Amino acid sequence: MSHSSSPNLSLTSPEVRIAIRNLNFYYGRYHALKNISMDIQTNKVTAFIGPSGCGKSTLLRTFNRLHELYPLNRTTGQILLDGKDVLDRREDPTLLRARVGMVFQKPTPFPMSIYENIAFGVRLYEKLSTPEMDARVQWALTKAALWNEVKDKLKQSGNGLSGGQQQRLCIARCIAIKPEVILLDEPCSALDPISTAHIEELVHDLKSDYTVVMVTHNMQQAARVSDYTAYMYLGELIEFDETDRIFTKPNQKATEDYITGKFG
Amino acid sequence: MRHATPEIQRIYRRRQMANRFHLFMSFFGMVFGLFWLGWILWTLLVNGFEALSWSLLTKPTPAPGGEGGLANAILGSVMMAGLGTLIGTPVGILAGTYLAEFGRRGWLAPVTRFVNDILLSAPSIVLGLFVYTVFVARMHHFSGLAGALALSLIVIPVVVRTTDDMLRLVPDSLREAAIALGAPRWKMIVLVAYRAARSGIATGILLAVARISGETAPLLFTALNNQFTTWDINAPMANLPVVIFQFAMSPYDDWHKLAWGGAILVTLSVLGINVAARLLFRQKNS
Repeated sequence: MSHSSSPNLSLTSPEVRIAIRNLNFYYGRYHALKNISMDIQTNKVTAFIGPSGCGKSTLLRTFNRLHELYPLNRTTGQILLDGKDVLDRREDPTLLRARVGMVFQKPTPFPMSIYENIAFGVRLYEKLSTPEMDARVQWALTKAALWNEVKDKLKQSGNGLSGGQQQRLCIARCIAIKPEVILLDEPCSALDPISTAHIEELVHDLKSDYTVVMVTHNMQQAARVSDYTAYMYLGELIEFDETDRIFTKPNQKATEDYITGKFG
Repeated sequence: MRHATPEIQRIYRRRQMANRFHLFMSFFGMVFGLFWLGWILWTLLVNGFEALSWSLLTKPTPAPGGEGGLANAILGSVMMAGLGTLIGTPVGILAGTYLAEFGRRGWLAPVTRFVNDILLSAPSIVLGLFVYTVFVARMHHFSGLAGALALSLIVIPVVVRTTDDMLRLVPDSLREAAIALGAPRWKMIVLVAYRAARSGIATGILLAVARISGETAPLLFTALNNQFTTWDINAPMANLPVVIFQFAMSPYDDWHKLAWGGAILVTLSVLGINVAARLLFRQKNS
């Protein structure tokens, strides 16, 4: 455990949205996350970086208990969202997921119209009249910077959009249910540079209303959009600090090696 | 580009020869298969076309030498195939949903899938005998209902298999996306997974209908036949395959003609259903 001897946990900002305490994750016998503790700040963008297989996505998927879909996954420790442990099995995971939205690596539009893609999630927890729903759909699509491109074809299938548009549709779908936290799992890895720039701008705008946690393979992206960065390696949290500090004066040699490209 | 040395030229010529040979064999295989199919359809058209007439659709089966058509058999076939599909489809879809969505751990789903595959390839005469034993023999009479039950036993494994296959083609990322929005599992399945798989499942149902439209063996032991038009599913019921079988085996020329007419009707409707199934499936992929 020499790597994780001194991750910086005493961050200065007072607003902690998610507090992770001694989180371990097992996939069958494989110990995928090792004793992770960190605080994620409200209305900031936190990025997880690290080489493939280091556990960044696994960590992200415990925040909304998506890992429970697969039988061999098991966790110990706590993830406190506003002080309440989300891993508590007595709590209904669907209510948690309505508060913690997620956007995936590949765009996943549902096989229905653009309008229905947005309305689907809203209808799960709210009963809106038609004009209210119309307004909500427009609001979400506007927020995701997609409204102008799709306002004349809301009845068309979401599958007909380009990859970048599909991903913004998924972000709109996620925002539409008004979550508190948004999890982004490598949201740009399947997109071209222009779409990526769109999404990064969007992430920047989102943090005024939401707490954003983002997994990325792209270190420049982490540097551009995040306020805090966590570097993970082999299931351990090596270093967690303000992004500026991680990219200019990291505490750990391992972090520096990864960021400068000597390793990884 | 590399220089075409004699060695390379020789390899190239050998590949060309091999290519021609295999292309020819594939083409020949295709022609061989199509030849028989074409012959069957041709014979059917030549013999059946003159049997097609308005009275074929409106009049019931005649006594030998009499005037008549196949109206009672058409009605019986449509009723039993319809009822069989109505019984078999919900059962098949529910079971297929269990296999694809809930049966990911444990032994129940793999075993069920295996047994279902056996049922899928079970000779239909066995299914007919089964319904005869457990239903017809106890009711002491043949009936349209028994025929529909036997046909539903053919529908069920087909629909189970296609529902299972089509749902398993739906990517898990789509399921995760719906779950991540806070959807309970049943809503994810009904509103997202079914919608993604619906044209595949509909195709499977249509193919099952096409399959039971031509089944003879299960009806011989269950619905038997009826000379008269009946809407009563508790009575023996006429149907195209059994009428074709009986009339074709008879010594009477006018019955032979009616059998050809029935054969062409069954073939055309199965063809129509298959075309519809294909169009449905293509719609999904476009």
